[in-house]
Amino acid sequence: MQIIVVLICVSVVVASLFLWAFIWSVKSGQYDDDYTPSVRMLFEDQQSENESTKTK
Amino acid sequence: MGQITIHYDNKIVRNFAWASVIWGIVGMLVGVLIALQLFWPEANLNNQYTSFGRIRPLHTNAVIFAFVGNAIFMGVYYSLQRLLKARMWSDTLSQINFWGWQLIIVAAALTLPLGITTSKEYAELEWPIDIAIALMWVVFGVNMIMTIINRREKHMYVAIWFYLATFITVAVLHIVNSFELPIGFLKSYSYYAGVQDALVQWWYGHNAVAFFLTTPYLGLMYYFMPKAANRPVYSYRLSIIHFWSLIFIYIWAGPHHLLYSSLPDWAQSLGVVFSIMLIAPSWGGMINGLLTLRGVWDKVREDPILKMMVVAVTGYGMATFEGPMHSLKTVNALSHFTDWIPAHVHVGTLGWNGMLTFAIMYFIIPRIFNTKLYSTKLANLHFWMSTIGMIFWVVAMYWAGIAQGLMWKQFTPEGNLQYPNFLETVINIIPMYMIRALGGTIYLVGAIIMAYNLFKTAAQGKLVANEPAVVTELEHSNEAGHSWHRKLESRPLAFTLWVTIAILIGGVVEFMPAFLIKSNVPTIASVKPYTPLELHGRDVYIKEGCVSCHSQMVRPFRSETERYGEYSKSGEFVYDHPFLWGSKRTGPDLHRLGGKYPDSWHYNHMVEPTSMSPGSIMPKYPWLGEQDIDVSLTPKMINAMRTLGVPYEKGYEDKANADLEKQAATVVANLKKDGITVGDKSEMVALIAYLQRLGTDIKQNTTASK
Repeated sequence: MQIIVVLICVSVVVASLFLWAFIWSVKSGQYDDDYTPSVRMLFEDQQSENESTKTK
Repeated sequence: MGQITIHYDNKIVRNFAWASVIWGIVGMLVGVLIALQLFWPEANLNNQYTSFGRIRPLHTNAVIFAFVGNAIFMGVYYSLQRLLKARMWSDTLSQINFWGWQLIIVAAALTLPLGITTSKEYAELEWPIDIAIALMWVVFGVNMIMTIINRREKHMYVAIWFYLATFITVAVLHIVNSFELPIGFLKSYSYYAGVQDALVQWWYGHNAVAFFLTTPYLGLMYYFMPKAANRPVYSYRLSIIHFWSLIFIYIWAGPHHLLYSSLPDWAQSLGVVFSIMLIAPSWGGMINGLLTLRGVWDKVREDPILKMMVVAVTGYGMATFEGPMHSLKTVNALSHFTDWIPAHVHVGTLGWNGMLTFAIMYFIIPRIFNTKLYSTKLANLHFWMSTIGMIFWVVAMYWAGIAQGLMWKQFTPEGNLQYPNFLETVINIIPMYMIRALGGTIYLVGAIIMAYNLFKTAAQGKLVANEPAVVTELEHSNEAGHSWHRKLESRPLAFTLWVTIAILIGGVVEFMPAFLIKSNVPTIASVKPYTPLELHGRDVYIKEGCVSCHSQMVRPFRSETERYGEYSKSGEFVYDHPFLWGSKRTGPDLHRLGGKYPDSWHYNHMVEPTSMSPGSIMPKYPWLGEQDIDVSLTPKMINAMRTLGVPYEKGYEDKANADLEKQAATVVANLKKDGITVGDKSEMVALIAYLQRLGTDIKQNTTASK
């Protein structure tokens, strides 16, 4: 069953990578605003045809 | 603040879309073909290349990696550019990603029917193709990460996080599970043996479902569902929370595929606990998806895209509720090895993956061809065909699975098995197999209608290969003191990623072999390595995909020990590279088959299964008596096994073929006694030798066989 050690190590490495990404994302302000992004994505491609003055 | 015009690459999106449509139809067609074979064995066209065991992996690989795989690339390439306000970083990499992936699919379509397979579920492709997959996956990852680094939108929308997690995890899973020792251009043996191989395989298998069929599709849901409904996602906060909890929990749930097997109990329990916890993040995603439609349910009534999305997300919710339930040991005792499992899987694949893919295609194709959908009516028809086809499929298989599972376990008041003949339980569910094939056919015809509708749509429009978009350049002069943020955001992100992956690969390569070989010390003294002829027979068993329908794992239940014999012990599998426990019992378990029947029974049963078991749905294998094993490979096989820790004595590779001939002669003589003549080098003789060996080692104390 030694393989489980390998799997746990690999899983922990992946999990730590995710943990690091999580901490980074929180610290860098990715989640400071948890509303606007959901609305902004709806508008992103209307800029091309319509007036590009629409500021968001 | 400078505004510039950039161009989104729509051509690559179109290419992946067409590839997904075409491969999807092929994959579903193969699915219908194998569904037919389960009640009408002649549907294998009496041809080894289209026999169930060989094309069942063709079906799974085609729908997972060709249909869904291409759809992932289609959706990611479409949404990523728009979310990041940046064209894909490199058109060349996009092209390589596309053509490389198609070549891999073609390679799979050629090798699997030829019986070139590792036998590990959803990882059947042989080592050269495995390497190609890894390369193409990295090409995709580099292209995506570089696009993220060069983005013009500081905030990374939640979909992108799902894409990133998909990329990283699939890369790691694929590499770890694909450790195999090549003995030729298209043949290899798994590095791991028995219980260890099983654990790695299902750690991979479960996470392949999680990170190939789930996380990318959640990302796609978070992009395309709000877009199609023109409503923001119900709760952005919930999307973030369920993303992080999902990816942290998923990776530990794999052992739930091995409940009641020879895997140590504590590992099984670990898998159960995490599987139960998975309900929360999974349903977080489902609820968030469905509630996105609050206030627009009137649109759902008319718009086929939204209808399909609703069924898709509902299917996701059902499948992710059922998964944890199956992970409860009491439920698993009944459901495992039955058709309940394919039913569960198909709620996920036909519902969640299929319907969401269809919806996204109906969304994307008119947009990139700058036109309207050719026929909304046909799309609505497609919606109903998919839904009804899926319902036929899964309800029939729920019924079949539960009915058969209960029959296996039924005892008479006297304490004997009520259905001692396995075949009786199969014949009972054959009507369900017919309904399943009908459901699958309806679903397939629906997909063909979609293809027609989409091609017509494309024909009436014109591809906007490079779609212009006016975007605002990101300001690079940030407030003082925050410059480290920017640094973190750009290169180090990619850098850390690659370093981690490099370390992983390097570390794994270095210490895994030494580590694993030590662990192969047998725990049961009477368990001996396979003889050369048995090794060849095992390869025939792998080649013909016997593992698709027969398990080699007697679970510790009275209903199973009564039927099959002593339950399986982990020490019995230490020389099994790869393990062949199987995951489905369309036919009976074979672990205690050795010595149960005479050699001639096996011969007759292979050539004409119904002659020994009237009503059997097993295909005929007449070619086994006509095709020969390649004895020139024997020394290589022995050497490879020794490298993997199987204790063949030094120099045995040179004597192996002499032993092989001796054993083959015994089998041939046995058959001769019953009036059967067959070549001593034939695959049949090798396979019979292997089958007669199965599970007999631990009986050696009582019976002095061999």
